[in-house]
Amino acid sequence: MLAGDYGPATKRAMEILVALGKIYAAEGLVPVASVQVAGVSYGNLGQAGLEFIQEWAEQGARVRVPTTLNPAGMDLEAWEQLGVPEEYAQCQLKIIDAYRVMGIVPSCSCTPYLVGNRPDLGQHIAWSESSAVSYANSVLGARTNREGGPSALAAAITGRTAKYGLHLEKNRQARHLVQVNCALESVADFGALGYIVGREVEDAIPYFRIDSPGKPGPEELKALGAAMAASGAVALYHIEGITPEANAHTVLADDAVPVIVEGLDEGYEALDGTAQEIDLVWIGCPHASLRELAQVAALLGGRPTRAKLWITTARAVLGEARIRGLVETIERSGGQVVADACLIGAPVQEMGLSTVATNSAKAAFYLHGHHHLEVRFGPLHRCVEAAVKGRWPG
Amino acid sequence: MKLIGRAIKEARAEGEALVSHEPLGFFGGVDPETGVVIEPGHELEGHCIAGTILVFPRGKGSTVGSYTLYRLRKEGLAPAGIINARSEAVVAVGAIISEIPMVDSIDLSQIQTGDEVTINGDTVEVVRPAQRS
Repeated sequence: MLAGDYGPATKRAMEILVALGKIYAAEGLVPVASVQVAGVSYGNLGQAGLEFIQEWAEQGARVRVPTTLNPAGMDLEAWEQLGVPEEYAQCQLKIIDAYRVMGIVPSCSCTPYLVGNRPDLGQHIAWSESSAVSYANSVLGARTNREGGPSALAAAITGRTAKYGLHLEKNRQARHLVQVNCALESVADFGALGYIVGREVEDAIPYFRIDSPGKPGPEELKALGAAMAASGAVALYHIEGITPEANAHTVLADDAVPVIVEGLDEGYEALDGTAQEIDLVWIGCPHASLRELAQVAALLGGRPTRAKLWITTARAVLGEARIRGLVETIERSGGQVVADACLIGAPVQEMGLSTVATNSAKAAFYLHGHHHLEVRFGPLHRCVEAAVKGRWPG
Repeated sequence: MKLIGRAIKEARAEGEALVSHEPLGFFGGVDPETGVVIEPGHELEGHCIAGTILVFPRGKGSTVGSYTLYRLRKEGLAPAGIINARSEAVVAVGAIISEIPMVDSIDLSQIQTGDEVTINGDTVEVVRPAQRS
C-alpha cells in the first residue's frame, strides 16, 4: 500500500498511518472493524476541506471497511424549509457526494452505535467524533483512539489503524477514582457531572463509583461521555456495575487519585445562563434516540410551541419515529425533527437565533464557546416547557 | 552540516530557514490567504511562511489545522518543507495530505533563520551563508 501498488489514494492513506505510528511509537498496524469519519459539516471543514475530500475521492479513495459519517451542518433533505442559505447548502451537498463516492454510508450522525455501526467488546475500530469515541470505548468496550478527520479516513481506506494508545490493554487503566455522592436524575444531571469530571481529569480515564439509585441507560451514558469529551478530552471511562470493563481489580490503578463529587452545582452554574426569552430549544446532542423522541412527544402532550423546537437525530431514527407516529405528534405542536444535522457548525447566527435552551451539557458548552449565544441548560421537561411558553420556566 | 532525523513526509525540499522557538498552530495561527503568521504575540507574527523551510518545535491547536496547511498549499503559500523537534498529529497529517516534505527528531538549535536548508528524506543539510557566519 505504501509503495503505491494500490494507487495514489491508498498510498497517501498509508503514509498518514505510518506517520502516526512513528509519532506515537505504535506496535505496528491493526485491522479495524469499522470507521466513523468526522469532518463533514461545511461550517467546520471550509473550502479547503471540501477540496481535499473531493481530491482524495477523485484519486480513487474507496473504503475497505464499514464506514459511517458524522453529522452535517444541515438536514440534507429539509434544509430549505429550515432556512439554510443556498450557497452553504450546495457546498455541504458536495462534501456528502465526495464521501458517497468513497463508499461511505452518509449516515450523518454522531450516534453511529444507534444506527447499525455498533462494534463488539474488544474490537479495534478507528472512530472520530469525541462523544462517539467515548461511547464505543466505554459503553461497548471497543477500542479506539480519538481520531481526527483525515486519520479516520485513512483507516477506512486501508482498513487498518496504528496500534497505540487505547488499542492496548495496558493503556485502558483508570488513574482517577470518581466517587459520586449525589442523586443523578436526568440526562442533564449526567451531563453536568460529565462537565465537572472532564474539567478535573482532562484527558485521563476516570473510574466511577456512583451512589445514586437507578441505573443509567444509553441516553444518560451518551450525555456523560459527550460532556467529558467536551470539557476535557476523556476518550474512555468506566462505571462500576455498568460498563463492561469496569472491574476494580483489572482497570483501576492501585494509586488512583480520588475525586469526590458531592453535588452538581458547579456544572449547572457554568453551563446555564440567565436569558428569559427562548428562541430555540435544541434536543439531541448527541443525536436523540427513539426513546428521547418519545419522551419529547409525551411531554408536549399536544400543546403548541412558541419557541422553535428542534430535535436532531439520525435519519434512520427519524424513519422509525415516523412509523410510530412520534414525528407527527411533535410536528403538530410546531416542533421539528431534524435529521443529519448538528447545530454546532451550522449557520446558527444567519438563522437569526440568539437564545437557545438545551438538556445537553455538550451543546451548552460549545454554544457558549463558539456562537456568542445565550444558553439555558436544564432537564428535558424544563426544555420542553420553555418551547411551549417561549420562556425559560421559573 | 548534516542532521539526521525521522522522515514524516519523505521527499526533497530546499529553501531558506524560518525558525520559531515556540510551537505553531496553523488553524487561526496562519492566514490561509496570505501565508502570514497572525497569532497575536507569536514570535513569527507578521512573517510569511510561503516557500520557507519552516522550523518549529511542534504543532499545536485544532485538528482543522491539517486542512489549513492543505489550503496554503493550494494557494501556493505553503512552506517548502517543515522541520520539527517532535511532531504531533495535526501538522504531520497536514504535511502528508499537502505533500510538504517533513522531518522531525532534529536538534533545532543547529538551525538559524536565513540558513540554506535542504531536506532529503530523513536528512537535513544546513549551510550558513558566509556573510552571516
